[in-house]
Amino acid sequence: MSDIAAHPEVIHAVDGHDDGHAGSHGTSTGLSNNKLAMWLFLGSECLLFGGLISTYMLYRGRNGTGPGPDALWDIPLTSISSFVLLMSSLTMVLAVSHAHQGNDRKTQIWLSVTALLGATFVGAQVYEFTSFYHEGLGYTTSLFSSSFYTLTGFHGVHVSVGIIMLMALVAMIGKDKIPGNKAESVELIGLYWHFVDVVWIVIFTLVYLIPA
Amino acid sequence: MAIIERPSTTPAVAGSAPSFVGPADAYGAFRRPVTSRGWRSWVFTVDHKKLGIMYGVVAFCFFLVGGLEALLIRTQLAAPDNTVLSAGTYNQMFTMHATTMIFLFVMPMVSGFANYMVPLQIGARDVAFPRLNAFGFWCFLVGGIFLNTSWFLGGAADGGWFMYQPNASHLFSPSHGVDYWALGVQITGIASLTGAINLIVTIINMRAPGMTMWKMPIFTWMVLVVQFLLVFSLPVITVALFLLTFSRVFGGQFFNVQAGADPLLWQHLFWIFGHPEVYILILPSFGIVSEVLPVFSRKPLFGYKFVAFSGAAIGFVGFGVWAHHMFASGLGPLSVAVFSVGTMMIAIPTGVKIINWTLTMWGGKLRFTTAMLFAIGLVIEFTIGGLSGVTHAVSPSDTQQTDTYYIVAHFHYVLFGGAIFGLFAGFYYWWPKIFGKLLNERIGKWNFWLMVIGMNLTFGPMHMIGLQGQPRRMVVWPQNLTGDGLFNLGFWNKVATVGSYILGLGVLTFVWNVTRTHLLRKGEVAPLDPWDARTLEWMTSNPPKEHNFDAIPTVHEVDEFFHRKYEEVETDHGVRLVKTRSAEEILADQEAHADAHIHMPSPSYWPVVLAVGLVIVAYGVIYSVLLAVVGALITLGASFAWALEPSTADPSDFDPPAGTPGKELANV
Repeated sequence: MSDIAAHPEVIHAVDGHDDGHAGSHGTSTGLSNNKLAMWLFLGSECLLFGGLISTYMLYRGRNGTGPGPDALWDIPLTSISSFVLLMSSLTMVLAVSHAHQGNDRKTQIWLSVTALLGATFVGAQVYEFTSFYHEGLGYTTSLFSSSFYTLTGFHGVHVSVGIIMLMALVAMIGKDKIPGNKAESVELIGLYWHFVDVVWIVIFTLVYLIPA
Repeated sequence: MAIIERPSTTPAVAGSAPSFVGPADAYGAFRRPVTSRGWRSWVFTVDHKKLGIMYGVVAFCFFLVGGLEALLIRTQLAAPDNTVLSAGTYNQMFTMHATTMIFLFVMPMVSGFANYMVPLQIGARDVAFPRLNAFGFWCFLVGGIFLNTSWFLGGAADGGWFMYQPNASHLFSPSHGVDYWALGVQITGIASLTGAINLIVTIINMRAPGMTMWKMPIFTWMVLVVQFLLVFSLPVITVALFLLTFSRVFGGQFFNVQAGADPLLWQHLFWIFGHPEVYILILPSFGIVSEVLPVFSRKPLFGYKFVAFSGAAIGFVGFGVWAHHMFASGLGPLSVAVFSVGTMMIAIPTGVKIINWTLTMWGGKLRFTTAMLFAIGLVIEFTIGGLSGVTHAVSPSDTQQTDTYYIVAHFHYVLFGGAIFGLFAGFYYWWPKIFGKLLNERIGKWNFWLMVIGMNLTFGPMHMIGLQGQPRRMVVWPQNLTGDGLFNLGFWNKVATVGSYILGLGVLTFVWNVTRTHLLRKGEVAPLDPWDARTLEWMTSNPPKEHNFDAIPTVHEVDEFFHRKYEEVETDHGVRLVKTRSAEEILADQEAHADAHIHMPSPSYWPVVLAVGLVIVAYGVIYSVLLAVVGALITLGASFAWALEPSTADPSDFDPPAGTPGKELANV
C-alpha cells in the first residue's frame, strides 16, 4: 500500500466519485484495473510453471539409456546467458523509469536493449538445444528429455512473447499509437518481463545448479 | 467508448432514448461494428448483459446435448446385456456427458449469471475488460463446438472426463477423440481464465461508492471465491493438457510407463485442478440460493459474514484435498490420513452454510415460488449428497466404494441436486430481471416436482446398486449377477432409467415454459420488483438499460435495495419494518438524478476473430501444420488489431454522424 501513498493522484481517485468507467481513476481500491489483472495473470502463471517444474523434478533422473543432465550441462555458457537475461531486468527498469518521466526516446532505447538482451538469451537457448540434440538428447529420448525440453521450452516461448511485446511497444510508442496510459503499458510489460526472469532464476537453480 | 449523452442542463426524462456519440482519434482500417440492431449487435457486442444471455443460451443448448447423452447411457443400462450402444460408443458417451455437463454447461452457465448479475449487484456499468469478456464467450463457444465435432470426425474422447494416463494414450484410444478433448478443454480453459481475471478485477475495483467487501451480495462473494479458484487451478490442468497433447502429437514420454513414467503424475495434476473444480461448480449455486432464500423468507440472510467466510474456507481448504480422488492408488497411509482428515474438514464450512440457510427460513414468511422450491431442493438434496460425501472422506469406506455406482450417486446428488438446482433457482428468480417477463409459476411447479422426483429416482437407487458392487463405466450388467430380493440390481437399474426419463421431462417442462413465455408471447410482463427483492440488481428497470443504472447508487447497507424500500418504525408493538417507498419511486428518483456522462465500451471485431484463430490452430495441431500456421497468423493479427484499437470508438464509425449541437461532449 506504500505504493499508493507515493501517488497522491491515486488517493484523490479513491475519494473521488466513481462514474463507473474502467481505468486507474475512480476504482474502488485505487489500483489500476490493468495492473491488478496483470498481477492475477502472473499469479496464475506461477502455478503453470509450478506444474512444469514439478514434472521435471519428478523425471530429472529418469534418462534411461539417453544422456543425463551431468553429461550435457555446459554451466559456464548457461550462466552467461542467465546473467544476460537478469541484466535485461535492469534495462527494463530503466525503460519504465523513463516512461514515467515521459521521455519517449529513452524509453524506446531501453526497451530495445531489453528486447536485444532477451533475444540473446533465446539465441543461447536455441544453441544449447541444438548441441544437446547432437549429443543424442531428442524430445522423445527419455522422460528426462521430454520434461526438460518442455519446461525450458515453455520458458523460452514466454521470453519470445515478451520480446514481441517489447518490439511492438517500441513501434507503438514511435507512432504514438498506444491507447490509454503509455507509462502504465510499459510498466505492465515490465511486470511480465520481470516475472519471466524470476522464473528463470528458479529454473536455472533447480535444473542446472543442483546435481541430479 | 460510446458515450450516452444527456443534456447537462435539463433533467433526464424517464424512458427518453439516449443518443450515442463518441470522441475522436481513429485507429485501424475498419469501422467499428457500432450498430445496435441485428446479428452484428450480438456477435461484436462487449455488453456484459448480452454476453451473459449468450453464455446462458449456448450453455443451455449444451445442457440438452449432455442430457441426451445421459439418457442414452441410462437406456443402455435399462436391461441386462443391452445392446443399444456399443462398448466403444458407450465409453465416448459417458466421457462426453461429463465433459459437456462440467465444461460446457455448469461453468459457462455460471459465467452467464456472473456476467449478467455481478456488475448489476455491485453497481457497475460493465465489467473491467469488456472485450476480454467477449473473447471469453467466443472461446467457450468455439471450444464447445470443436469438442463436439469430434463425434463426426472419427469418434469422441473415450477415456472418462478425468482422461487418466496412460489409459487414454494412443495404444488404448487410437482415435483423435482424446486430442479433440485435450485441445477443446484447453480452449474453454482460456475462456474461464480470462473470465476469472476479468471478474476478480471487476469485483475488487468497480464497486459502487460505499459498497465495501462486507456489503457485497453473497452471490458476488461466491463468484469472487470461484474466480480465485479458477485463476489458481486452471494453469495446472493447462500443464496436464499440454503434456497430454505433446505426448500424443510429438511423442513426449511423460506417460510412457515402459520408459519409467509415473502414472500418478497425471492423476495429481488432474485432481489438483479437478478438486477445486467441484467447488467451482457448486459455490456459485450456493451464492444464488443465498440470494433466493432471504428474499422468499422475507428475512435477511442469517449470518451473512459466516456464509461468505465459509464459502472462502471451502475454496481454500478445497485446494488441499485433491488426493481423496486417489485413495485407491496406493499413496501410502500418511498421505491418505492427511487427505482424509482434510476432506472431512470441508464438511464444517459446508455444514455452516446449510445451517445458515435453514435459520434464514426459520420464522420467516415463506413464499413457495418455483425459485424458492429449487433453493429448498438444493438445501435438501445437497445435504444428502454431502453426507454420502463424508463416507468417501473416510478412506477405508472409500476404498470399498471407489469406481462403483455409489460414487455416481454421490456426485449427482451434489452436482444435479446442488449445482443445477441452484441454477434453476437462478433462472426463475432472475428471469424477470433479464427478460422483463415472468416465467409461468404453475408450469414452474411441474418443472420442479418432475425434476426433484426424477433426480431422486435416478440417483437414489445408485447408492444401493453401488454398494452392491455394480462398477461405474461398465457398458452392461449381466443378468446372472443381478442378485434377488430388495437389492436386485436389475430392478433398481430400471428404476434409475425411468427416473432419468422423468428428469428429462422436467427439463422439457422448463423448455416449454420458456417457449410459452417468449415464442408464444404468453408471458406475463414482470413488475419492476416482482419478488420484493433485496439487492442492487433490482434497483433498475426490467430488463436493465444498456448502461445499467441512470445514476450509480451510493451503498449504505448489505441489502441496499431492501433498506431503501423499508424503514424501521416505532409502533405500540415495538420496532416494525414498514414499506415506505416503492421500487418505482426509487427508480424515478434515480432517473431524476441521472449522470450526465455515461461511458460505455464500444463493440469490437477482434474478440471473435481471435477465438476463431485459436480453434483453427487446434484443428491444425490435429490435422495439418499449414492450418495451424494460418490459425496462428489470424491469432497474431487479431491480437495486434486488438492492442491498437482504442477503447473509444471514432465518431465516423457511427451512423448518422455523431455530435448534436447543444450537447456537451464528454472526453475522458
